[in-house]
Amino acid sequence: MGIDRRDFLKRLAGIGGVALLGKGAEAYAGQPLGGFPDHLGVLVDTTLCVGCRSCEKACNEINQDLPRRPQESFQDMSVFEGRRRMSAGSYTVVNRYPDPKDSERPFYSKFQCMHCLDPGCVSACIVGALTKDPSGAVRYDAWKCIGCRYCMAACPFQVPAYEYHNALTPQVRKCTFCFEARTSKGEMPACVEACPMEVMTFGKRRELITIAKSRIKKYPDRYVRHIYGEHEVGGTGWLYLSGLPFEDIDFPKLGNTSVPSYTEPIQHAIFKHWIPPLTWFGVLGLLMWFMKPVENKTEPRSDEEGPEK
Amino acid sequence: MSSHEHAAPLDKRFFTTGVKILIALMITGLGFGLYRMIFGLGSVTNLTDQYPWGLWIGVDVASGVALAAGGFTSAFLAHIFHREHYHAIVRPALLTAMLGYTFVGIGLMFDLGRWYNIWHPALPMMWQGNSVLFEVGMCVMVYVSVLYFEFIPIVTERFMGRVNLPGILSLLNEPIDATLRVIDTVSGKIMFLFVIAGVVLSCLHQSSLGTLMVIAPYKMHPLYWSLLSPLFFLFSAIAVGYPMVIFESIIASKSFGREPEMHILTPLAKFTPYLLGVYIALKIGDMIYRGSYVYLLEGSIQSWMFWFEFGLLTVVPFLMFLSSRVRQSAGWLFTAAIMYVVGVLVNRATVFFVAYQPPFAEKAYFPAIGEFALTIGLVSTLMLVYRAIVTIFPVLPAPEEEC
Repeated sequence: MGIDRRDFLKRLAGIGGVALLGKGAEAYAGQPLGGFPDHLGVLVDTTLCVGCRSCEKACNEINQDLPRRPQESFQDMSVFEGRRRMSAGSYTVVNRYPDPKDSERPFYSKFQCMHCLDPGCVSACIVGALTKDPSGAVRYDAWKCIGCRYCMAACPFQVPAYEYHNALTPQVRKCTFCFEARTSKGEMPACVEACPMEVMTFGKRRELITIAKSRIKKYPDRYVRHIYGEHEVGGTGWLYLSGLPFEDIDFPKLGNTSVPSYTEPIQHAIFKHWIPPLTWFGVLGLLMWFMKPVENKTEPRSDEEGPEK
Repeated sequence: MSSHEHAAPLDKRFFTTGVKILIALMITGLGFGLYRMIFGLGSVTNLTDQYPWGLWIGVDVASGVALAAGGFTSAFLAHIFHREHYHAIVRPALLTAMLGYTFVGIGLMFDLGRWYNIWHPALPMMWQGNSVLFEVGMCVMVYVSVLYFEFIPIVTERFMGRVNLPGILSLLNEPIDATLRVIDTVSGKIMFLFVIAGVVLSCLHQSSLGTLMVIAPYKMHPLYWSLLSPLFFLFSAIAVGYPMVIFESIIASKSFGREPEMHILTPLAKFTPYLLGVYIALKIGDMIYRGSYVYLLEGSIQSWMFWFEFGLLTVVPFLMFLSSRVRQSAGWLFTAAIMYVVGVLVNRATVFFVAYQPPFAEKAYFPAIGEFALTIGLVSTLMLVYRAIVTIFPVLPAPEEEC
């Protein structure tokens, strides 16, 4: 209830702000939202997952720059006793959630970067170290990064992790969508391929939504009627189906407005063709001229100058 | 008539007890800073993947920028509005702003993971016009340069006609003096452009600092998330400018054994109720419009912080500034000024790491000892440098008897 009210307020504020900023918001409308017709994605059917952690293992294997982990560590099922999050050492984790209807068969869910259509991290990044590839991946270029960590504050899913203990070359760490090694060549990400239960389906995002809808229609008792990521924060590349309400499996309750669509209209309105700053400069200049005391008119402007003789 | 006639280098012993304490704090802080540089952010800070920004961003950077607003607000008053009466405050305020922004940069170097890339935003190939932080970064970089330019006349004034190098170097006395005079004349002629630019740049990045957390609508507490946040940051920065000047002026008078300059500070304080009133009206109006007042009594840490920083440290000093008895008494004026200065500091800290409520956080962020130590160390260093500069350069008004 409280959360609903909060969301409602925020949305209300959003509408007010867009109305207020007018033109800036219109200019924004032509941007990514709904773009990327060939956006690739993955549909995760959490009802199929058995928590074998093969995806975690495959992820660690393909990302050789992550800390190496022994094979056996991925067979340790005691990790499910706590709630894990992605970290600087792992791009994906699986968590376990009890099914209130069937205590024998819990649900599992895999997490990683959602590869948003209009990513907060990309909009936030001060140097463009984070970029959105038209094929779907949100990519990171450590060479550009200054380590300000604004991306981490901006991400609505709290995904990017940081190498806080690396003194000289710390990186922001998050799922790469296996861009370099696989998806840029049309191959599926390593985790999708490794899954023995075919929990994940790799393909064009549009087609994945169709598949998800038909599954919900075909097995209405199996799923909650919601495709997480279809509309959340303007849509995400990774889409989820669940047997439990998404709040119960650690998916934050988010609105459908992408986070950059709050800041970018403000940003672009202030700098529209440099008109507002230059106008302000001109106004102040005129003010300075007109406010000049009359008796000073004949003297040189001597506000800051040294003795001028 | 103009400030340089009244400003003079401070004629006081440098190594006082206060200075020795500051040096101790500086060394402690820089020790932690060095440790962070060798062992990484994680070794000194309590930052996590959930809380990427803490004390150093909320206080060293965001509050540092806000509290340096005395620079552009007093320049506006004295140079753009030509209120000659206030010229005496311009130089100290300029120095505070110049040092404030310099230390924002230094503080940032400790917080940035790849601090050696701090210049990257200046590279056109890496410009990212959608990023709020890019705007803040660029504006701050340009504004620091503007502030240093505005300081030039103080340096030329100090050395013109007084260049006296020893031995063979004395041959250079004449040319250096001539160069100083040229610099002085030229900078004086174009200074008005820089003064105006300083005000424009300040308005831009003070407000953009407030836009930063607008990108986290789903994480910010509703009392602190609004599309008007840039205006809140801008107007609170404008409002804190004169209180900060008052606060510093009275401290400086006290520590240099002078009478507080009430003939300037009392009339200066008259502007504050109007400026602070605009901020308070905006903030309350926004709260009513968005309906966020329902969270005022929820008893959360965020709602308590709001009562503390907005109620106690913003509205109360506003009421105090309204009273002419407060404005005329050095003690009361100082109390009101310091309350709002702390209020702005707490407001910025609250926005960046208290109102920010990330999902999946195991516990709320609280700064580590090392974070406090570095922040205190940097402030101490700033005060030392300030004291050294006012001892060397004509920044502070000359004592009464010399006038």
